[in-house]
Amino acid sequence: MESHAAAVGLPGRQPEIALEGVYTKKLGMWIFLLSEVMFFTSLIGAYVILRFANPEHFASPGEVLNVPLTAINTFVLICSSVSMVKAFAALQNGDQKGLQLWLLVTIVLGSAFVGVQIYEYIQLAAHEGFVPSADLYAAHGGPLYGSTFYVMTGFHGTHVTLGVLALIFVLMQARKGAYTPQNLGGVEIVGLYWHFVDLVWIVLFTIVYLI
Amino acid sequence: MSLDKHTHPPYMTIWAVLAVLMFGKVAVGLSDLPQAVAVSILVVISLLSAGLVALYYMHLRFETKLLWALAFLPFPLVAILILTVIQEW
Repeated sequence: MESHAAAVGLPGRQPEIALEGVYTKKLGMWIFLLSEVMFFTSLIGAYVILRFANPEHFASPGEVLNVPLTAINTFVLICSSVSMVKAFAALQNGDQKGLQLWLLVTIVLGSAFVGVQIYEYIQLAAHEGFVPSADLYAAHGGPLYGSTFYVMTGFHGTHVTLGVLALIFVLMQARKGAYTPQNLGGVEIVGLYWHFVDLVWIVLFTIVYLI
Repeated sequence: MSLDKHTHPPYMTIWAVLAVLMFGKVAVGLSDLPQAVAVSILVVISLLSAGLVALYYMHLRFETKLLWALAFLPFPLVAILILTVIQEW
């Protein structure tokens, strides 16, 4: 118990210590996130190989994709990450109102991110004709640009959507008083997931939109 | 350093740094710099940003050696993956 408390810097009870002061669910989330690293690395690796081996199939930054809009959306996701840590910090301080408020802010910002991404898809498909099968820049070969763009951003968007749903669940639990400074596992675990999704987008945004 | 209820990492400072780095990336990405230079700068900024998120928002900096080991476990696997795929280039 004490070793976990040292890990998160908190006194009191925490359930099921697995290894070296890390409780089981947190260890499980980290292992899950590591599998996600491999998952997204596969996507990014495939994209980079295709992108640099077939540069004529891909547009330059800003040529097709709306970089300013997505930059603002990226900023929204970064803001959601800070609101998530503020929720966690509020819980550590025993501030239940603060916890609920910051969780709600995170949900709103996460939903906004997904909403803008859907808007971007609609704009790209309806006005640019940029759909997964689009072969806009290919003199030869298949529709690499469209398929890689939608696969990478789509998988990430799905992760954000699932994160928003998880946050809604955590907020509902928080409203019932399920979390305390001595029992903050649920908030910490969903926070880890949320920050990971933010971290992945920082890399994806660079690779897909700026390179 | 332990993460306790009185001493939180400077979350807002990190947020400001992340925002500056992000808009800096956009400026570099849309600039006329040679691609090799732009890509190098973008990769460095992205790794720096990702590192800040992992260290301070995911609290990796305050975690145990076990989690540090776990966090770095994928990197050799990622290297193997990239080296394998690059053979197909």
